[in-house]
Amino acid sequence: MHGGAERDVMAVMPVACMPQTNRQTAAACRRAAGCLAMLALLGACEGRQAVLNPAGQDAAVIARLFLGMLTGAVILWLLVAGLFLYVTVFRVSHMPRRWAESLIVGGGVLFPTFVLAGLLSYSLPLMSSQRTGGDGLVVHVRGEQWWWRVTYETPQGNRAVSANEVRLPAGRRTEFRLTADKVIHSFWIPALGGKTDMIPGRETVMTLEPAETGLFRGQCAEFCGASHALMAFEVETMAPDLFDEWLRHAASDAVPPATEAARRGAGIFAAEGCGACHTVRGTPALGRVGPDLTHVGSRHSIGAALLPVTAADLALWVGRTGHLKPDVEMPQYDHLLPDALLDLGRYLEGLK
Amino acid sequence: MTASAPRAPRPEGPYPPTDEMLARPVPSDLQEAQADRLRAAWRTPQGWRYWSAVNNSEVGVWYTLTAFGFMLIAGLLALAMRVQLAVPQNGVLDADRFNQFFTMHGSAMMFLFAVPMFEAFSILILPAFLGARDMPFPRLSAYGYWCFLIGGTFVMGSLLFDAAPKAGWFMYPPLATRELGIGSDIWLLGLSFIEIASIAAAVELIVGVLKCRPPGMRVNIMPLYAWYVLVVGGMILFAFPPLIAGDFLFELQRSFDWPFFDPERGGDPLLWQHLFWIFGHPEVYIVFLPSIAIAAMIVPTVARRPVVGYSWIVLSAVGTGFLSFGLWVHHMFTTGLPTISLGFFSAASEAVVIPTGIQLFAFVATLMVGRVRMSLPMLWIAGALAIFVAGGLTGVMLAIVPFNWQVHDTYFIVAHLHYTLFGGMVFPVIGGVYYFYPFIAKRLLSERLGRIAFWLIFVGFNVTFFPMHIAGLEGMPRRVFTYPAASGWGLWNMISTLGAFVIAGGFAVFVYDLLRSMGRRGDIPRNPWQAGTLEWSHDIPEEAWGARSIPYVTTRYPLWDQEGIVARMDAGRYYLPDAETGARETLVTSVIDARPLHIQTVTGPTWITHLAAIFTGGAFIFPTFHLYAPAVVCAVLAVAAIIWWLWTATARPPEIPVRDAGLDLRLPTYASGVNAPGWWGMWITMLGDATAFASLVFGFFFYWTARPDFPPAGAEHAAPFWVAAAALAFGLSWAATLVARQSNRAGSRGRAMALLAAGFVLTVAGCGAALLSVLALDPAAHVYPAILWALAVWLCAHGGVGAIMQGYCIAGLVAGKLTPDYDADLCNVTLYWHFLALTALTACAVLGIAPRLLA
Repeated sequence: MHGGAERDVMAVMPVACMPQTNRQTAAACRRAAGCLAMLALLGACEGRQAVLNPAGQDAAVIARLFLGMLTGAVILWLLVAGLFLYVTVFRVSHMPRRWAESLIVGGGVLFPTFVLAGLLSYSLPLMSSQRTGGDGLVVHVRGEQWWWRVTYETPQGNRAVSANEVRLPAGRRTEFRLTADKVIHSFWIPALGGKTDMIPGRETVMTLEPAETGLFRGQCAEFCGASHALMAFEVETMAPDLFDEWLRHAASDAVPPATEAARRGAGIFAAEGCGACHTVRGTPALGRVGPDLTHVGSRHSIGAALLPVTAADLALWVGRTGHLKPDVEMPQYDHLLPDALLDLGRYLEGLK
Repeated sequence: MTASAPRAPRPEGPYPPTDEMLARPVPSDLQEAQADRLRAAWRTPQGWRYWSAVNNSEVGVWYTLTAFGFMLIAGLLALAMRVQLAVPQNGVLDADRFNQFFTMHGSAMMFLFAVPMFEAFSILILPAFLGARDMPFPRLSAYGYWCFLIGGTFVMGSLLFDAAPKAGWFMYPPLATRELGIGSDIWLLGLSFIEIASIAAAVELIVGVLKCRPPGMRVNIMPLYAWYVLVVGGMILFAFPPLIAGDFLFELQRSFDWPFFDPERGGDPLLWQHLFWIFGHPEVYIVFLPSIAIAAMIVPTVARRPVVGYSWIVLSAVGTGFLSFGLWVHHMFTTGLPTISLGFFSAASEAVVIPTGIQLFAFVATLMVGRVRMSLPMLWIAGALAIFVAGGLTGVMLAIVPFNWQVHDTYFIVAHLHYTLFGGMVFPVIGGVYYFYPFIAKRLLSERLGRIAFWLIFVGFNVTFFPMHIAGLEGMPRRVFTYPAASGWGLWNMISTLGAFVIAGGFAVFVYDLLRSMGRRGDIPRNPWQAGTLEWSHDIPEEAWGARSIPYVTTRYPLWDQEGIVARMDAGRYYLPDAETGARETLVTSVIDARPLHIQTVTGPTWITHLAAIFTGGAFIFPTFHLYAPAVVCAVLAVAAIIWWLWTATARPPEIPVRDAGLDLRLPTYASGVNAPGWWGMWITMLGDATAFASLVFGFFFYWTARPDFPPAGAEHAAPFWVAAAALAFGLSWAATLVARQSNRAGSRGRAMALLAAGFVLTVAGCGAALLSVLALDPAAHVYPAILWALAVWLCAHGGVGAIMQGYCIAGLVAGKLTPDYDADLCNVTLYWHFLALTALTACAVLGIAPRLLA
C-alpha cells in the first residue's frame, strides 16, 4: 500500500517514540473523498482501530469493498427516496397502472436480482482469499477473562509466551489459532482484517497479513462479561528481521532487577506470592493463572491495553486492580504501602 | 383426518345470499330488540369486575398499553446507556449496571415490546378487519395477557433489585451458564413464560384468520393485514419453539448442572447459538412484517385506490417467512464455520432483499396509481420508508461475509439494526396508532402534536443512529460500558447521546398527546379516513359487539365496492344479528372460501384466567429461586385451573343443535373435528410443540456431528428393554385413544371409557419406562447421558399431559359432556395423541437405536 521507503523509515524508528497516528492513510482517504457522505467518515481516517484505515491485505480489500457498496447504497437510497417523493409530493395525480406493475417487477425482482448476483459473484471468492494459509509463524491466542494469553510458535518449533500484545512481521501472512478459557471472546484487529470468535472447547483459525509497520489496537468484540469493554491489546507490526530479533528476545528469560528499588520490588513480588499466578521465566515464579510477566516492561501496555507501562501505572494497577477492571480475578494488593507498590512497579517496569 | 361426527347437523338454507334477500328491510322494532339482546350479551363488566373482561377490545387495549409501557421503560434504559457513553471513561453507570441495562434493553424491546405489540394490536383489530365479533378463544387471549403482564413485570422488576440478567439478550453460554446470581434464570424462565403466552396468542390469531372470516371472504380477498397475521403467526409458531427447547436445556444446565453447553463434558456452546438464531433471525421478520401489514392498510387508504400487486405482496410475505428460517447463520459468520456454509447463508441472506423489495415497491406502485393525501399516518410511513431502506442497504452490505467479519459486533451493527427495527417497526406502528386511534378510541389525535412528534423522532433518530455507523467503522465494539479517550469515538457518541434525547422528546410529545386525549369524547365521523376495509364500519359511539351483523363480503374493499354494506350491517340484515340465547357468539367459516359452517359460542368474562395465569407464573418464577416444591404446587394448581376453565366453558353440548343465523341460513351450534376452531388450535399448537421437540433431536445430532466424543467411547446407553417398553406402551395408548373415539361415535360409551382408562394406565407406564431407561445414567457426567435424560423428561412431560387428557375424556363421558354426536374434546385429544405417538416413537428411536448405530 505504501512506498517501500516509508516502510523502511517506520521500521527503524524505535517503538517507544513512534507516533501512533503518523501512519499515512492518504490512500484510504483519497478513495473515501470520492464518495458521498465522506465528510462524516473522514474522522475514520484517524484511528488505530479503524476499519477504513487499513494496514493489512485483508482490511484493505474489505475497505475497498465497503466503499464500493457504500457508493451503490447511497445511489439506491436516493433513487428510492426520490421516487417516493415524486409520487407522493410532486406528482400526486394518477399514473397508469401498467407503470405501477412494471415498477414491482422491475424494482422488486429484476433489478435486485441483477445487482445482488453481481455483488455475490464479486464477494464470495474474497472469502477464500482471506482464509489462505499462513507463511509459517503461528500465534496461539487464548481469550481469558479479560486478557489475552499469546504464544508464538515458529516453524522450527520454538515457542515464546507473552500476553496482551501481538507482534507480527509485516509482509508475511501469520496464522492465528484461537481458543478461549471460560467464555466466548472475539479476536479483532480492525486495521489488519476481520474478526474471529474464540470459543471454549474449539480452536478457530484465521490468518492476517500486515502490509506495513505500525502500532495498532485490537479489541475483544464478543461480549464476555463485566469488563468486556476493557479487554483490548496492542498490535505492533514490524519489519521481519526486527521481528525475528524481538521473538528471540521474547523467548529468553527475564533480566534480573538492576536497581535497588527493583530488587526490593522483586522481594515483594516473591513475598506476596505473585508467582503463584504469574510466570517470570528465570525466577521461581511459574504461575500459569495470569499473564506471563517475563518481559512485561517491554510491552506497550498493561491490563489488556488499559494503562501505559510505567512504574507508577504498574503500582496503580497492582494496588487498585478491581477498581480499574470490574470483577477481575486478580486480587487487589491495597494492603501494600505506596512505596512498596512503587518498588514493585519498578521491578516489573525493569522486566524488559 | 378427523371428520365431524356422522350424525352432526349440517348448514341448511340458501347460501350465498341473493341481492333480493340482502335488500329486504328489517323491521325497526326487531332491530332494536336484537340490538338490546346483543348489547346485553356483549356488555363489558363494570366497576372492579371490568378486569374480568376477556373481549378482544378490552384485552387488546390492555395488551397494547402494557407492551407500550415496557417499550418506554426499555427506552429509558437506552437513554441511561447513552448518558454513560456520551463521553469517554464516564462513571454514571458502572460495568455491572450497564450490562444489566443493555441486556434488558434488548430483551425487553424484543420479548416485551415488539412481538407482544404485534399480537396485542392484532388481537385488538383483527376481528374488526374480519367483521367478527371477537377472537375465537377470548379467554386464551386474556390468559396470554395476564401471563405477559406477570412475566414482564417479573423480568423488568429484577432491575429494581440489581438482579437483572446481564449476559446480553442473546445469553451466549458459557458466559450466561457461568453467570452467578439469578439474572440468567430470570431471563430463561421469565421469558420462556412469555414466549409460551406469545405462542398462545399466535395460535389464536392464526385460527382467527382461518376460521373467523365473514362469509364470502375467500383467502384471496381478505385484508392484507390478515395475510400478514397468518404469516407472522406461523413464523412465531416455528421460531419460538427452538428457543424454548434451548431455554429448556439451558435451565437444566443452570439448575442441575447438566452440561449441554459445557465443552469440558462434551457440550458445545455453539448449539445454543444455532438454536438462538434459528429463533432470532425469523424474530427480526416477526417484528418487521406486522409493520408492513400496517402500511398495507394505510397506503391504499391515502392513495384512495386498492393496493396494486395484492398477489405479489402475499407471495412475498410468505416467501419472506420461509426465507427467514434459512438465514440464521449470518449472525454467526465469525464463529469459524466452513467457507461453503458461509457462502450459502450469505446468498440466502441477500435473497431476502427480493421479497422485501417487492413489498416496498408494491406500496410505491399503489401510491403511483392513486391520488395521495399526505395524512399524518402516511407521514410516519414515509419516515419508515426512508429509514428502513437505509437499514436494508446496510443489511445488504452485512450479508457480504468479509465485510461482516470486520463490522460484526460493532456499532455499525447497532446502527443497522436500529435502522431496520426502529424504521421498519416503530415508525409504522406509531403511524398505525395515529391511523387506528379513531377506530380504537373514537377520537382523533392532534395533527399538530403528531407532526411535532414525527419530526422530533425522525431527526432525533438519525442524529442518534447515523453516527453509530461511523463509530463502528472506527472500531467501536458493541456492549462496551466505556471506551478510552484516545479512541476518537467520543464525538460520535456525544452526537448520538444528544440525538437520543431528541427522540425522547418526541416520545414525550406522543405520550402527552395520547394522555391528553384520553378523557375527551371526540366527535368524529364514522370512517374518518374514508378507508375501504370492514373495521371502519364499527359504530360511533362504540358498541361492545363489534359488528352489529356479520356481513357477506365479496370484495377486498367492501366499504368502497359493496354499496350499502354499512347500512345493512347496522340494520342487522346480515348474519348473527341477534343473541337469542344471551350467549356471545361468532360465526365460523371454512378455511379457503369462508362458507358459513357453524355458530361458535365464545367465552365471556371470568376470573379463572387470572388464577391460571398466576399459578402458571408461579410454576415459572419459583424455580428461579430454586424453590421447586412451591413451583410444583403452582404447576398442579395451574393445570387444575385450566381444566376447570375448559370443562365449564368449552365444547358443552348445545341445547339447540341448529339455529337461525340470519338470511334464512340455519347453522349447527356445535362442531367437532376439522370444523371446530379448537381442533385447529390443537393442530397448530402441536406443530409448534413438534418443532421444539425436533430442536431437541437436532441437538442430539448436532453433538454427534460437532463433537468427536459423542457418544463417548464405552458410554453406557439407555436400557434397551425399558426403551422398547416405553415405545410399546405409548404406541398402545395411542391406539386405545384412537379406538375409543370410534367406539364413542358408534355409541359404545362403556367401551370408549374402558379403552381410555387402559390408555391412561399405559401412558403412565410408558412415562415410567422412559424414566427407567435412563435412570442408571448420570446426566451431570457428560452431555450424552444429559441429552438422553432431556429427551426422556420431555417425553414424560408430554405423556403426563396426554394422560390428563385421557382422564378428562373419561370424565366427559361420565358426565355426558362427551356424547356420540358431540365429541370435540375426544377429537382434539386424539389429535394430540397423534403428535404424542410421533414424539414417543422418535424419542425412543433416538434413545435406543441411534447411539448404537452412530457409535
